[in-house]
Amino acid sequence: MTYKPKKVDIIFSPYSVAPYHILKETIKRTKEEVITELIESGLRGRGGAGFPTGFKWKLAAEEKSNTKYIICNADEGEPGTFKDRKLLVEVPRKVISGMAICAWLTGANLGFIYIRREYKYLIPELKKEIEVFKQHAKQINLNFEIQIFIGAGAYVCGEETALIESMEGKRGEPRNKPPYPITKGYLGKPTIVNNVETFASASMVCRYGAKEYKKLGTQDQHGSKLFSISGDSTKEGVHELELGMTLEAFVDEFGDSNTKAVQVGGVSGFCIPRKDFKNAIIGIGNTTGSSTMIFNSSRSMYKVLCNYLEFYAEESCGQCTPCRVGCQQLLNGLKAVKKGEKPAKYLDQLLKLAETMKITSKCGLGQSVTNSFSSIVTNFKEEMIY
Amino acid sequence: MKKKITLKIDGHQITVEEGTSILEAAKKINIKIPTICYHEDLCVAGNCRICVVEQKGSRALIPSCATPVNENMEIYTSSPKVRKARKDIMALLVSEHNTQCTTCYRSTNCELQTLSAEYNVDNSIYLSLVKEEDCFIDKSSWSVEKDNSKCIRCQRCVRTCAEIQHVNALAVTRKGKDMKISTFLDLPMNEIVCTNCGQCITHCPTGALTERRYFDEIWDAIDNPEKHVIINTAPSVRVALGEMLGYPVGTRVTGKMVTALKKMGFDSVLDTDYTADLTIIEEGTELLNRLKDYLLYKKNVALPMITSCSPGWVKFIEHMYPNHLAHLSTCKSPQQMFGALAKTYYANKKGIDPSKIVSVAGMPCAAKKFEANRPEMRSSGYQDVDAGLTTRELGYMIKQSGLNFNELEESNFDSIMGESTGAGVIFGATGGVMEAALRTAYFLITGKPIPFEHLNIVPVRGLDGIKTASIKLEKCLPEYSFLEGIEVKVAIAHGLTNARTIMDQIVAGTSPYHFIEIMACPGGCIGGGGQPIPTTKEVRLKRIKAIYDEDMGKPIRMSHENPEIKQIYKEFLTTPNGEKSHHYLHTTYRKRNRY
Repeated sequence: MTYKPKKVDIIFSPYSVAPYHILKETIKRTKEEVITELIESGLRGRGGAGFPTGFKWKLAAEEKSNTKYIICNADEGEPGTFKDRKLLVEVPRKVISGMAICAWLTGANLGFIYIRREYKYLIPELKKEIEVFKQHAKQINLNFEIQIFIGAGAYVCGEETALIESMEGKRGEPRNKPPYPITKGYLGKPTIVNNVETFASASMVCRYGAKEYKKLGTQDQHGSKLFSISGDSTKEGVHELELGMTLEAFVDEFGDSNTKAVQVGGVSGFCIPRKDFKNAIIGIGNTTGSSTMIFNSSRSMYKVLCNYLEFYAEESCGQCTPCRVGCQQLLNGLKAVKKGEKPAKYLDQLLKLAETMKITSKCGLGQSVTNSFSSIVTNFKEEMIY
Repeated sequence: MKKKITLKIDGHQITVEEGTSILEAAKKINIKIPTICYHEDLCVAGNCRICVVEQKGSRALIPSCATPVNENMEIYTSSPKVRKARKDIMALLVSEHNTQCTTCYRSTNCELQTLSAEYNVDNSIYLSLVKEEDCFIDKSSWSVEKDNSKCIRCQRCVRTCAEIQHVNALAVTRKGKDMKISTFLDLPMNEIVCTNCGQCITHCPTGALTERRYFDEIWDAIDNPEKHVIINTAPSVRVALGEMLGYPVGTRVTGKMVTALKKMGFDSVLDTDYTADLTIIEEGTELLNRLKDYLLYKKNVALPMITSCSPGWVKFIEHMYPNHLAHLSTCKSPQQMFGALAKTYYANKKGIDPSKIVSVAGMPCAAKKFEANRPEMRSSGYQDVDAGLTTRELGYMIKQSGLNFNELEESNFDSIMGESTGAGVIFGATGGVMEAALRTAYFLITGKPIPFEHLNIVPVRGLDGIKTASIKLEKCLPEYSFLEGIEVKVAIAHGLTNARTIMDQIVAGTSPYHFIEIMACPGGCIGGGGQPIPTTKEVRLKRIKAIYDEDMGKPIRMSHENPEIKQIYKEFLTTPNGEKSHHYLHTTYRKRNRY
C-alpha cells in the first residue's frame, strides 16, 4: 500500500493554542503520564539518528544528579537542510516550550540553544523570545533558564558529543561512547541533546496527545516531519509531510518530472535511483534526516559524489583513522578511476573501504559516508567510470 | 570495593573489576590486541581504531581500549571481520605515512612498521597521501626534530605534552584532511614554549619526532688526530644502554660501556657521576648558606631552594614562573659542571690545549642538547660541552663501531674526573639527588651518618608523582647550631605536571618545604627523553632498581668522601661556593615568555 504525500500543518500552524499554555497544562499532569504519552507517540529524534525521544527523556529523568542540562541542537549543518532555521524564525515558542517540558520531566535547570554561527542574525529575536519565556516560567514556577551558545561552524559539531566538547571550549571532536551524554555530558553531567524539530514535535505531542498524533503516518512511522526540499524541484522549501510515503509519490509531487535520483537524509543519507522509487519509503531503510535533494537527468552523479566526498574530507574532525584517511582515499580513488589511473575494479576496493569505515569509525560522520558513497557508486557505476 | 563483571573474550570467561577496558581484560588472559594510539602513561584516545574488536550482537566494531567491559559481553578479538578491518585501517595509516623506512631513525623500533609487517599490509592498495609540504623536517630546535610526513596523528605526543608535562607545546590543529599536529602559530620548534624534555619522542610510535642527532660530528672529531675527544656518561645511561644492545631491561652495562667507548676512540672516558658528587657539595653548601641567612641572620632569602640539574625543568620554570627563578639553585647541572672543568682543570692537569678538547656528554636526555648550547654555558672560554648524545645515539654509535658488545671486557672509567660514589649514581632516579644531598648534609651538620639502614632513604624513592619527607636535626655540630631542632622538610616531584603543583604552592606562599628536587621526566633521568624506547612504568621500575643496585655496589656512598672531589677543592676550587666555584660551576637564569 502506498501513501501519497499528505501535507500536514501542525508545526508551522500559527499559535492557535499558545505553546506556553500547552506547557502550563502539561506540567499539571504527572511526569509518568507525560513520558508514557511521548513513548506511545512513537516520536523519534529528528536530527537524523532517530533515537526514540520519549525513551531518551525517561532515561535522563532516571539519572540521579542535581545538575542536568538540556541542549537544543541548532547546528543545522547537514547539506540541504534548512528547516531548523525556519522553526526558530517562525515558531520559536514551540521549540522553547518543548525544551521546558523536557526540563520539567528530567529536572534540568539550564538549557542551551546551540546555534551555528551562520544563523547569528536570528539571535536578537531569539533573545527576545527567551525573555518572554522567562515571564511564563516565573508564572508557573518552573526553574529553567535558557542560554544561547554560538558554534564555530564545524559540521562535526552537530554530533552531540562533539557539540558538547566545543561548548566546553575544546576542539569539536566526538567522544568515545559509552558514556553517553545522558549519563555524562556537558561538564560531566547528564545532558539531553535533541534537534530543534524534536522539541517542537514533543510540544505538539503534548498538545494533541499520542493517540491523535499517531493518526498521522503509517503503522511503522508516526507523526509528521519537516522536509527541506532542494535541487531540481518545482517546489523547493520546507514542507511538513506525513511520514510513510513512497519516494514515487514524493517525486510526483515535488520533482520536475525528469528526476533521476533523490538524496534522502542529506549527504549522510542514501541516494535512491529512479528504478527504486516505487518501493522506497522515506524513513525506512534510509535515514530520518530532513534533507531531500532531487537530481534530474542533467546532473552528473560523479560530480555529485565528488562534491560530497570533498565535503567529508574537509569536515571530518580528523581524529580517527578510518574517517580522516578513508574520506581522502575515497575521493582520490574515485578521481583516479575517472581519469583512468586506476582500473574500474578499484571501485570494489573503495566499496570495501567504505564498509570498513562504517564499522570502525568513531562517530556517525565516518560511519555514514558509506551510505551515499555505496548507493551512488553501485547505482551509477558507469557514470563513475566513463 | 568495585563491582565485578564477568565476560567472555575469545571463548575464555574472565571476571574483572567494573570500569576495566576490554583491552586490559584481554591482557589479563594473555590475549594481545594490537594498539597504536594507546599508551599506558596516557589517557585513552580511541582514535587509531587498530584495537577494534567484535562484540556479539553488534554490527559495528568497538575500540577495545576505550570500551569498558559489560556483564555477559562476548568479545572476539580476532574474528575475520576484525582482522579484515584492522588490516584495512593499517593500510590507511600506511598510506598517509612517509614509508622511507630504510633511512628512518626509528626503523626496527617503529610500532607502525612492526604492525604493518605483522599484518603484511600491501602498501599499494591505497594512494599515497603524503603531502609535499610535510616532507620538510623542522630541524630548528637543538633537541627535537619534527617530521610531519611520518606523523600518523595518534596524538600521543599531544597527550604527553599536556598530561605528563603540562606544557602543551604540541597541539592538534585544523580538521579533516588538513588535520595535523602543530606548534603554536605553526612556529618552528626553537621559537615555541618547549622544554626540550623529549617525552614526545619517547611516546611517538613512529619517526615523526626524534632527537637531533650529533653522532656524525662526534665521529669526525674522533677521526681528527688534532682533537682530544672526551666523553662523560650520566648515571642513568649505564642502566638503559643495554636495552639498545639486546640486553633485558634493567641490565647494568657500566663496565662494558666504558670499554666500548674507549675502543671506539674516545681519548678519555669519564663519569658524570663525578660532577654529580660535586653538585652535592656545591648545592648542599648553597642550601646551608640560604638556611643560615634565613634562620640566623633573618635575611629575606628564596626558600624553598629547588634543584637545577634537569634542563627541561629549568626551561619550564623560566617560561612558566619567570618571577620565581630565585628559588632555583644557581648550580649548573652535572653535565655543565663537567664541561666547564674539562676545558680548565682537566686540560691544565693533562697539559692539553683546551681549544683542542671536544667534550661530549652521553645523556638520557634531549634537553641536555639545548642546555649545552645555552650562551650562559661558556665559562671555560669555549663552549663547555660540545655535544650531548642521547642513550639511543650512543647505542647506535656502538653498533656502528662494529664492536661485539656482549664479548667486551669490563673496565673502569679513566682518571681524573672518573671517580664517583653511590650518591652520584642515584642522581639517575627520581628522589636520588635528594637522597644524595641528605646523606652528605646530615653528615656535615651532625657529624654522623643519616639514620637510615645502609644509608637508604626509602621515603624519597619510588614512582609517586610527588613525594615528601622530613628529618629532624638534633645534636648539630657547633658551626650548625642554628639548625638545632629544625625539622627539614623536603619534596620531590617528577614530571612537569607535578612540578607545576609544587610551584603553585610556592606562588601561593603555602609551600612548607626547605628543599625540593624536581626532574622534568617521569621517573627522573632513567625515564628521560633520550632513553631507549619504549619507556613504561614497568621499564622505569626496572631501571630504578638497577640504579639502586649500582649504588649499593659502590664502596663509597657519600659524595663528600669522593677522593677526587677532595682533590679538586685542594688543587683548584679551594672552597665550595667560593669564587672559582661561582665562576665555573654556577650559572644564571633568564625570564622567558609564556607564548
